[in-house]
Amino acid sequence: MSVPRVDPLPTRIPGRKPLVGEFAFFVIALAWPFLVGSYGTGLITETLIFAIAAMSLDLLMGYGGLVSFGHAAFFGVGAYALALSGVKLGLNPWAGILIAVVTSAVAALVIGYFCVRVSGVAFFMLTLAFGQLLYSGAVKWRGITGGSDGVGGFARPQLAGVSLDDPMYMYFACLLAFALSLWLLRRIIGSQFGHALVGLRENETRMRALGYSTDRLKLCAFVISGMFAGFSGALYAIYNSFISPDALSFAQSGMFLLMVVLGGVGSLVGPAIGAAVFLLMKQFVSSHTEHWLLIVGLVFICCVMFFRSGIYGFLKQWRERGARA
Amino acid sequence: MDLVVSQLLNGLVYGLLLFLLASGLSLIFGLMGVVNLAHGSFFMLGAFIGLSVVRYTGSFWWALVLAPIPVALIAAAIEVVFLRHLYKRDRTDQVLLTFGLSFVFTDLVEWGWGKDTFSLSEPESLENSLQFLGGYFPQYRLAIVVFGLAVALFLWLLIEKTRVGAMVRAGIDDTRTAMGIGLNVPLILTTTFASGAALAGLAGVVAGPILGVYSGVDVEVLIPAFIVIVIGGMGSLKGAFVGSLLIGIADTFGKAYMPEASMFLIYAAMIIVLLARPNGLFGQAGSQ
Repeated sequence: MSVPRVDPLPTRIPGRKPLVGEFAFFVIALAWPFLVGSYGTGLITETLIFAIAAMSLDLLMGYGGLVSFGHAAFFGVGAYALALSGVKLGLNPWAGILIAVVTSAVAALVIGYFCVRVSGVAFFMLTLAFGQLLYSGAVKWRGITGGSDGVGGFARPQLAGVSLDDPMYMYFACLLAFALSLWLLRRIIGSQFGHALVGLRENETRMRALGYSTDRLKLCAFVISGMFAGFSGALYAIYNSFISPDALSFAQSGMFLLMVVLGGVGSLVGPAIGAAVFLLMKQFVSSHTEHWLLIVGLVFICCVMFFRSGIYGFLKQWRERGARA
Repeated sequence: MDLVVSQLLNGLVYGLLLFLLASGLSLIFGLMGVVNLAHGSFFMLGAFIGLSVVRYTGSFWWALVLAPIPVALIAAAIEVVFLRHLYKRDRTDQVLLTFGLSFVFTDLVEWGWGKDTFSLSEPESLENSLQFLGGYFPQYRLAIVVFGLAVALFLWLLIEKTRVGAMVRAGIDDTRTAMGIGLNVPLILTTTFASGAALAGLAGVVAGPILGVYSGVDVEVLIPAFIVIVIGGMGSLKGAFVGSLLIGIADTFGKAYMPEASMFLIYAAMIIVLLARPNGLFGQAGSQ
């Protein structure tokens, strides 16, 4: 057992006035599609979608200390649930989003039931195994999932004559979804449950001694995290109009991990920044060279070796240094 | 009947190939606590370097001898430059680091050799088939069985019966005490990591004629190797051996008789073992 660190909670206490940065973010975000072309709008839409998934992983990893290597499983389950409810069941895509969230929550409940029983390396291996299990399911179960050909041809949601086929509306819908997710996740982390989760990360034995049911806490975090990932997956399916087993792959889980590590573990906003930087970098690098994977790998290595607190941690340190001077 | 026997042989071949990979993975985990996601990359690298050696020398045997050497050197460099600085940190960091490395290797291999699937041809002296037990058995596959068993025996003797092996075991059991009694633990770590990588590279060459040589083969073999060490018990050589044969044979029979369900069977086996015996079949309780 390591000596427990007594860190101040990395969250802001709810009720404090929002930062200027956040206000500025939403002003820029609202004006964004009018400033850049449709290409830029698409890119930011994708960023917002992946930011939700990255934040959901951060809830598990940064606050609960549970490093999942199979987070793409829930992202993919959400995406497939939306796609299949449209294509196979002919349901309204709005209902599809709801189904996606519920399905991924159920998937997280079942998988989490097993995973929270083990910890450390076994947790990592088990999440990896479940992720691969779902991936191979999506590849092999051709009759339902279309195998590696994927699923396409489902409708995008519409409301009162506004269709998400329009990239602009899609963007605003995703911005709303992102803001909602950020707010909800903040509330969750600021709640008693969130504090208990941090306590779990810092010292599980003590939490158990205090009378907390640690397995149930972990399972709760797992399900909430899975739900948000599934929500993000559903949005991704809508945005892309197509879904393939790649969304469930080991590589995809790795990309989510990188977004979190790059942005800063345990800061919620950090992983969202991580998602943005990751996708921008991908866009930039892929248009200049074919060696995208090489760059991803090197960034990963640099983050782990030298840059452990991520972009968010770096910015925070920089600001604190500025405040002292 | 002969179908069953030939499937059994194929299962043994696959299992022993997995063993070459899993033994290194397991020892590295046992000794350093590193879950090495780049281990499949060493396999892939060995296969591609082997391919180039065959092109230059025209001989499979040279590939078998030469390919593991650069792989071992690269691995040693990785241990010294990166991993060594992470032992005191959280386990997650090591996993993430090797994950990043696996991306780098995939890209480098595609850069150097392209994205095609190459086939490494088996040595001419082992091209034929032998006939016994009412079936034909390719000589090359039989040779892999003999080779794999020989490597397993060699590793067992090395770890259990020699002074070097005793040092490695001391490191696995209690790193601090091992350092305390004057063992050069950093050297043991580097050597073990490099040797494990060399074994993986060797496996890449041996498996070349059977699995093919392509970028992406790394994940293809890494996941089953992980399942093997989880089932066998991380850090245990015996566990890696039993687990490899179990998974190799189960997977081969599964693919032959239940092609739809075969992949699920392996994962299901892993999940069940992890839940019933989190330390695996032969893992020591409390080890890492």
